[in-house]
Amino acid sequence: MTIELYDYVLSANCYKVRLLLSLLEVDHELRTVDFHPAREHRSEAFRRINPMGHIPVLVDDDVVLRDAHAILVYLAAAHDPTGRWYPTTDARVLGEMGQWVSFAEALMSSASAARLHVNLGYDLDVEAARRDAHALFRVLDDHLWFQEKAGRTWLCSPEHPTIADIAVFPDVVLSEEGGVSRLEYPAIRRWCDRVKAVPGFDVMPGVFGLGMS
Amino acid sequence: MSPTVSPGELDERAGVDPVARGLWHPLVAVHDLRRGQQGSAVLLGVRLDYTMAGDGSVSVCRSDDHDDRRPVQIAYEIVWTCLDEPATPLFETPEALETDRRIVHAGTIGVHVSAPRAVENFLDMAHFPYVHTDILGAEPFTEVEEYSVHVDPDTNEVWATDCVFWQPVAATTSTEGQMTDYRYRVPHPYCVVLYKTTPVDPDRFDVIALFCRPIAPDRIEAHMFLALLDADNSDADIRRFQLTIFGQDKPILENQFPKELPLDPRVETPIRADKVAIAYRRWLSDLGITHGVIPAA
Ligand SMILES: N[C@@H](CCC(=O)N[C@@H](CS)C(=O)NCC(=O)O)C(=O)O
Ligand SMILES: [Fe+2]
Repeated sequence: MTIELYDYVLSANCYKVRLLLSLLEVDHELRTVDFHPAREHRSEAFRRINPMGHIPVLVDDDVVLRDAHAILVYLAAAHDPTGRWYPTTDARVLGEMGQWVSFAEALMSSASAARLHVNLGYDLDVEAARRDAHALFRVLDDHLWFQEKAGRTWLCSPEHPTIADIAVFPDVVLSEEGGVSRLEYPAIRRWCDRVKAVPGFDVMPGVFGLGMS
Repeated sequence: MSPTVSPGELDERAGVDPVARGLWHPLVAVHDLRRGQQGSAVLLGVRLDYTMAGDGSVSVCRSDDHDDRRPVQIAYEIVWTCLDEPATPLFETPEALETDRRIVHAGTIGVHVSAPRAVENFLDMAHFPYVHTDILGAEPFTEVEEYSVHVDPDTNEVWATDCVFWQPVAATTSTEGQMTDYRYRVPHPYCVVLYKTTPVDPDRFDVIALFCRPIAPDRIEAHMFLALLDADNSDADIRRFQLTIFGQDKPILENQFPKELPLDPRVETPIRADKVAIAYRRWLSDLGITHGVIPAA
């Protein structure tokens, strides 16, 4: 059975999953959910798949999973023979990945919220969301700068990217759409380019590959 | 839909363009209205409230003066309104009334750019291979061939005709690449309609339109309206295709500088592919539009 992803093309959370599927070269089928205006994710039929009424949802045989970050963990554990995207043997790395996945959650209520306000008119305090996003970007930029000084390329200690990078990347790279500039964060900009250079990298509307940004 | 502009961003000065105030503008997609519910949106710096009554009728008034009711009409799956008394009727598109077409409002997206910049980008074929790579264009087919431009003397609309471009995936109905014929039409300073070859019928054209609600001189809400010959794809798949394209344009639009469109022909040096852009800018000048542009000195 092919993996199915319930998906909306402009959703950053769905993009996280599409990106990892592409990096892992896993065959899959996209099931487009008519998010707006039909609000299909809130329909009774879709709630049988995910009672929370959110996308993305991944279906792999008898495994049905909601929540982008849970899906990243699952995909890496189940479909990455190299074990590099979600290394489970080193306690420190496990902790680091959990930390940056939590950070990605915080981006959803800040950078991502600002983008939803601008793009789709979500009613929220956009100035507060932008302020929170900048505070997080400051933390991220500092961290990446120290990583570079320590000879490291990615969010966590290993010499290769992990699901932490995939969880954090979309809301960061789409931040300008929400009016959150990355001009002041050179280490973040360099890291975004490194993510784009990973073999198998995939774009989404609003995200360009290297050489076109 | 809730406001895309916070109260602090409201700018009444935006509403002083008398030409723009006399035009019909798209306010909100019909599918975003619920019976008995009220919403609000900013048009030319002026906040308006809209309501769909229990019987489905829609009314619009100024938020700061509920006695000031604005004219309303429904067209292209959208509620249109006007800040003054409409100086001209809303343009018509006969294809949108053909009963065998798929009529789809593909989405409403806020964009941090002026309406004329968005219209001009929509008129430009040269960006297809670079921005819509492997969909609306692909290298090495980057050349924009000679095409014709005229202003229709009867309707005062700008037309670009005889445009052709090689496209890997021209539409949701595509099964292979094709040479696509395009005709572009600008019937309104902030609205643009294109007609393109459909893979399913050699004698007819798919119709794709971009209607912009000018919120502020550098901010719009874009409505995408489709009247397609496509019996097979779901609304969700048709919207996905269109949102993919528009999502690719969005960062390009938002990085335009200046965000307002300069009408002085000496300000941005045109290239051949810009022939329709030059005509559009001159036409805006002749109309006397000042909102969303930097008028020629
Ligand atoms: N925690 C979930 C949240 C996903 C989520 O919020 N998805 C949005 C689209 S990006 C959604 O489905 N929203 C539905 C709604 O808010 O009505 C995850 O990470 O997947
Ligand atoms: Fe485009």
